[in-house]
Amino acid sequence: MSTIVDAQGLSCPQPVLMTMDEIKKASQGEIEILVDTHTSKENVSRAAESKGWEVKSVREEGEGYRITIIRS
Amino acid sequence: MGQLKNFFASRWGIIGVGAFIGVLAPLLQKWGNPGNMGICVACFERDIAGAVGLQRAAVVQYMRPEIIGFVLGSLIAALLFKEFRARTGSAPIVRFVLGAFAMIGALVFLGCPWRALLRLAGGDGNALFGIAGLIFGIWIGTLFLKSGYNLGRSEKTHTSVGWLLPLTMLGFLVLMLIFPQINGEPKSGILFYSLKGPGAMHAPLLISLLVGLAVGFVAQRSRFCTMGAFRDLILFRQAHLFWGLLSLVVVAFFTNLIVGQFHPGFVNQPVANTMEVWNFLGMVLAGLAFALAGGCPGRQLFLAGEGDGDAAVFVLGMIVGAGFAHNFALASSPTGVGPHGIAATIIGLLVCLFIGFTMRKKIA
Repeated sequence: MSTIVDAQGLSCPQPVLMTMDEIKKASQGEIEILVDTHTSKENVSRAAESKGWEVKSVREEGEGYRITIIRS
Repeated sequence: MGQLKNFFASRWGIIGVGAFIGVLAPLLQKWGNPGNMGICVACFERDIAGAVGLQRAAVVQYMRPEIIGFVLGSLIAALLFKEFRARTGSAPIVRFVLGAFAMIGALVFLGCPWRALLRLAGGDGNALFGIAGLIFGIWIGTLFLKSGYNLGRSEKTHTSVGWLLPLTMLGFLVLMLIFPQINGEPKSGILFYSLKGPGAMHAPLLISLLVGLAVGFVAQRSRFCTMGAFRDLILFRQAHLFWGLLSLVVVAFFTNLIVGQFHPGFVNQPVANTMEVWNFLGMVLAGLAFALAGGCPGRQLFLAGEGDGDAAVFVLGMIVGAGFAHNFALASSPTGVGPHGIAATIIGLLVCLFIGFTMRKKIA
């Protein structure tokens, strides 16, 4: 069961801040982040990787993206 | 195309974009733009306010094609890479007010973050106080961000909403072609043109426009942002955008050296003064306003180009803010701060604190 972070419609740096909050709470597992701009997609992926999480997939969904990050 | 997309988001991509701006900005100065002002988003938007008569300071009136190019270059990149996305509704009035006070703060210092960096790269030591102020203002902004400050969600909207600012810029360009500058005349049709001062100094229209388009294009691709550079470094210890900023300063410094535009010192620097405290506090105000609005003035233009209606409102706030700054004598000059610049800076800081403290609602 993965945690979902809905950052749609929020601009920089909110999506990254929200992702970081979840990363702090969970030392491992799977987090799904919903964003709606390319910039947020890049920023969230870059931030997750810098914290040692792996970007498992980025899927286009509706008007935005669903980013899945994992750490085992 | 995919590879190009990845390149601009990479570290070398952002360094390349910083270097690109770092070469072109001093060259624009060489080709006619004012001293250490090859590119200055705040000053150039202020000149646009002057060109259309929103402020009537005779020395700062010119329809700067660089600004038009920034928005349209970003629009072209966003359309080409399918990133144009019309959106709005994230506290537009707040963004307008932040834009207006960001402009007032920037004009107390005499430059946006881009110009602060270019002033430093040209040897103007006073820029150090402005940059220190910028970082301090952004740091205050990150405290608000950490405590939950946000302006709420934007929503997808009609495509035409995203087109309004680019179309406005296109309209400005058309006006410039219909009413071109006439030698020795302060007015051409409905547009004002400076006969002396910084507003009278400009590179040829076509060159300014082409450089603006090119910078707008690569900045949209790379998300170049001077405020974000410091914010991400403070907030996340992430240096991605900072590499771009550093690259801009270093390359602009060497370009200035090569073309003979590096003049180290504090006094008699072009369009600058030595009032350290107000150079610092003006930029504290601007930095805080940029941090609360989520982007430096350049970034707001690029966002507006890719359909962000809220960023467009920030841009309009800056242009109107420039009107107030000069009509109310808030802007500084080479002799020092304006008669009411100090009061405006303090009021601006209080307004930003009010916004920061009261807009920390949980995101729905």
